[in-house]
Amino acid sequence: MNIINLTRDYDEDFVHRVEEESGQKVSLCYQCGNCTAGCPYTFVYDIPVSQIMRLVQAGQKKTVLSSKSIWLCATCESCTTRCPNNIDVACIMDVLRHMARREGLAAVPQVKTFWDSFLDSVRAHGRVFELGLLINYVAKTGRFWTDMDLGPKILPKGKLAMKPHEIQGKEHVARIFERFERESNS
Amino acid sequence: MRIGVFVCHCGSNIEGTVDTGIVAKTALDFPEVVFATDTMYACSEPGQDGIIQAIKDKNLTGVVVASCTPRMHEPTFRRAVERAGLNRFMFEMANIREHVSWIGKDREANTNKSVDLVRIAVEKLRRDAPLIPSKFSVNKRVMIIGGGVAGIQAALDCADGGLEVVLVERDSSIGGKMAKLDKTFPTVDCSSCILGPKMVDVAQHPNITLHAYSEVDAISGYVGNFQVQVKKKATYVDWELCTGCGACMEKCPSKKNPDVFNEKIGPCTSINIPFPQAIPKKAYIDATTCRQFVKGKCGVCAKVCPTGAIRYDMTDEIVTEDVGAIVAATGYDLFDISKIAEYGGGRYPDVITGLQYERLLSASGPTGGHIKRPSDGKEPKNIVFIQCVGSRDKSLDRPYCSGFCCMYTAKQTILTKDHIPDSQSYVFYMDIRAPGKMYDEFTRRAMEEYGARYIRGRVAMVYPKGDKLMVRGADTLAGTQVEIEADLVVLAAGAEAAKGAPQLAEKLRISYDKYGFFMESHPKLKPVETNTAGVYLAGSCQGPKDIPQSVGQGSAAAAKVLALFSKDMLESDPQISRVDIKRCVGCGKCIMTCPFKAIKEVEFRGQKKAEVIETVCQGCGICTSTCPQGAIQLSHFTDNQILAEVNALCQS
Amino acid sequence: MSEAIAYYPGCSGLGTSKEYDTSTRAVCAALGLSLVDIPDWSCCGSTPAHTKDHTLSAALSARNLQLVANMGMTAAATPCPSCLTNLRTANHRIEAAPFKAKVDKLLDEPYGGDVNAISVLQALVENVGLDTIKAAVRTPLKGLKVACYYGCIMNRPPELMAFDDCENPMAMDNILAALGAEVVPFPLKVECCGASYGIPRPDVTAKLSGKLLEAAVGVGADMVAVACPLCQMNLDLRQSQVNRAMGTNYRIPVPYFTQLMGVAMNIADTEIGFGKLNVDPRPVLSRALSGAD
Repeated sequence: MNIINLTRDYDEDFVHRVEEESGQKVSLCYQCGNCTAGCPYTFVYDIPVSQIMRLVQAGQKKTVLSSKSIWLCATCESCTTRCPNNIDVACIMDVLRHMARREGLAAVPQVKTFWDSFLDSVRAHGRVFELGLLINYVAKTGRFWTDMDLGPKILPKGKLAMKPHEIQGKEHVARIFERFERESNS
Repeated sequence: MRIGVFVCHCGSNIEGTVDTGIVAKTALDFPEVVFATDTMYACSEPGQDGIIQAIKDKNLTGVVVASCTPRMHEPTFRRAVERAGLNRFMFEMANIREHVSWIGKDREANTNKSVDLVRIAVEKLRRDAPLIPSKFSVNKRVMIIGGGVAGIQAALDCADGGLEVVLVERDSSIGGKMAKLDKTFPTVDCSSCILGPKMVDVAQHPNITLHAYSEVDAISGYVGNFQVQVKKKATYVDWELCTGCGACMEKCPSKKNPDVFNEKIGPCTSINIPFPQAIPKKAYIDATTCRQFVKGKCGVCAKVCPTGAIRYDMTDEIVTEDVGAIVAATGYDLFDISKIAEYGGGRYPDVITGLQYERLLSASGPTGGHIKRPSDGKEPKNIVFIQCVGSRDKSLDRPYCSGFCCMYTAKQTILTKDHIPDSQSYVFYMDIRAPGKMYDEFTRRAMEEYGARYIRGRVAMVYPKGDKLMVRGADTLAGTQVEIEADLVVLAAGAEAAKGAPQLAEKLRISYDKYGFFMESHPKLKPVETNTAGVYLAGSCQGPKDIPQSVGQGSAAAAKVLALFSKDMLESDPQISRVDIKRCVGCGKCIMTCPFKAIKEVEFRGQKKAEVIETVCQGCGICTSTCPQGAIQLSHFTDNQILAEVNALCQS
Repeated sequence: MSEAIAYYPGCSGLGTSKEYDTSTRAVCAALGLSLVDIPDWSCCGSTPAHTKDHTLSAALSARNLQLVANMGMTAAATPCPSCLTNLRTANHRIEAAPFKAKVDKLLDEPYGGDVNAISVLQALVENVGLDTIKAAVRTPLKGLKVACYYGCIMNRPPELMAFDDCENPMAMDNILAALGAEVVPFPLKVECCGASYGIPRPDVTAKLSGKLLEAAVGVGADMVAVACPLCQMNLDLRQSQVNRAMGTNYRIPVPYFTQLMGVAMNIADTEIGFGKLNVDPRPVLSRALSGAD
């Protein structure tokens, strides 16, 4: 197990950035563990959410941003709702994902790929094209078996659109993404 | 006037950021200042001697001490100048510690501000006049409000000290929360066995008058001479005749009412004596459930009562008690566990409070001392205890620690093992707070000898699964989520201020904090006094306390009352309002604004005038700022004095 | 009584949750709640947007809220809790002027910030009311045991969603009770179903949805009523995946609560759209309803 040198390895800037971007004060956390207790995803996390909070307090940027947990949080708000110190823990998890993206980190790549495919679909059509999203995701990940079993169940229902619903304002939606990229790079 | 100025270093507390030498030197330039010096500790014996010596040597007629807050040492210095032959009101204090040295680090700015504060004090002192307190007699009776263990102790100590005591209790029996407990930590002795004799002493003490099933309605007067109106709520039973035989309870047909004494986990009859050791052991009728009141017919208790004590036509009665001091000992109430919906308290019958669990453990409880869970009466095997339910929780506006839950939970795990040897207790905790004598050892014993499994973490949710309760929590030390299939879940509900505490505080004219706990006069040095003379505190009404702390405070409050009553006459504070009868136009505005009802209207040569009741006036000064004529002035804080201070500050 | 509110169906309403959309429209129309389509609405960005960036997420929502404002309306209802969360979060975050400025920079037309978003469930309870719903019942769902499942974000966090109880919500329970159904107390009303991990991490979704199905069967429910397209997909379409992963054999219908309202209100089958669900509720329904008579 790694030994953490708390004087040398404390990344003050990281703690400040998390606090600024989330609007939360991480020193409010007294490590009661209620977030971990309620989190439905603890069983797949590599680091339980209460320890993510602890590691943020301890300024351990690399450990936190490389964790799988931040990509497996579904923002179900259980932690935020029940935190006795009113910390918006789910928002902190969101912010950690934003930071991980900026560092080029994604410890559960297929989750990031799925989310990116979703946003690509929105950018292209203005609305999500469900079938197109799935095909795009499969193409990017090579996971061709994804939900193959469900095809026979859903296709006969006639509800999966075969082509996207293009909206008139889709250029406007695309411009939101373009401006966002410009702002992020500036 | 010949004024002396003494500027205190307070060790390095002041001198660290204020140049006291310069302050003293500058003070010599102020009008009528004939002597000024800095001094290491003005409040110490040599410090006070220095002041007395200077008064004598320099023929000083007034003294300014620049040091700490007057709340701390004004009485000290007033006594010192009095010893040197001055009137004690020919003294002023400049607070250059709390108001200067402790709040800023800029030595030059601090020194300048200190000079200004001394300048102000000198200007006020130049307009001070000697004041002579008047004397009044003391009524040496004391009222104790609240008959829990703190109030019982205060009552017994005062009564043993020879005072007449009036004890007022809201419920039909004294005993409070302690009477509901099965055993007590850390000795595991029977609660009613140690409390019972004290309750009997209260009943039998010739100096104690007990008003049970009564509440304080109104309070007027002042230290030494309070008048308290006590509402004796209708019990519908003539307690002079009731022998406590219990025949009425046996025959009462309304048997399914939630038993408040048993924390509503058992039923009770509408006419009821809450528990076998009740003091007084008298029956009362709950009119909200009694068939005679609800349906207009029944009368069974009246028929069976062998002494004919039932009085359906009884009404509330007000009695007035004159006392010289009051001790508030109104205790606490429990956090409402249904507010944390994820634990299911109030929804799932087998999620109960720690106090309800005490009733299940108690031989006089609804299960006769056998632990049976409320839903189906089965004996539980896996029992989960959850700590800090409504404590240390900012999201519920309960950020404070309730103090005693860690200990009673440890006790309950031990008792559980004694009752059900093949049971297993689990305790979810955040920190174990056990700082009392033999306390930490006790919690260790629960784990080491009684096998209670302690899990460091909170619980997120409790939900039913079959006839079990699934408890999902965290073990933060193992860094994992944990689940327990429990038969019974016991929540360590936090302590809250007693219901109605703020209303009582307002009647007593004492302060309370945002949670409703009463404020002591000083958190360390005056823990049982309040800022209202003659009103004292004991027990959990001031903040959560365990039994030994509550008993200690009961005795401490009694000692304060006995000390107060050791004098036959008290001195009134002469810093009160006075009316200049020539200026007063009798408009009555001061009468309306006075919060203490200390001003009355009088006739003077056919004209209406205001008059201050000396003993009632608290010197708050509201009337002086209300009076359109400037006719009413607060002694020692006259308009002229305050304006002189402002002038001094603005011209400096 | 006739009330109008802007209607934001969400992308899945055009596809995988078509039957939620059609049943919602039919039920609201029958109850006098007029749903006015937002012309040319776009996607709110859902979870993927807020996990990428909060400004981007808010801008995608704000575009739609401004479209509502341009209709001269001040409130929008959506059947989808994920859309709802995004719309409400955008409103909440742009209360801070610096954040609003960043969002406006991404938009063609700045958003004024004065359009409230609520769920269709809330609109039915608050704008229509239980009494009106009760009066519209033609075929009471007597004898039908329903577990109401709200999903994780319909009511959480409570400060943001400001509707119903966040731990033990009752709005859907009350509606189902008004329809005459027997509502069974469902302990996992707000527990997460696995959300959007069905595609990238089907193992996760199977486990979490499996727990919910187990609990629903455990409390004796004939079916699970839902109010979220994603919950519905995970519990219904993916029920076979759950069974495979957990070694179970559940076959429990998971209709939208609006579909059950449709049944009780005698709405046309084409609008109810039971045929579009994976586990068809009709056999269970007719068995329960006939047993009651």
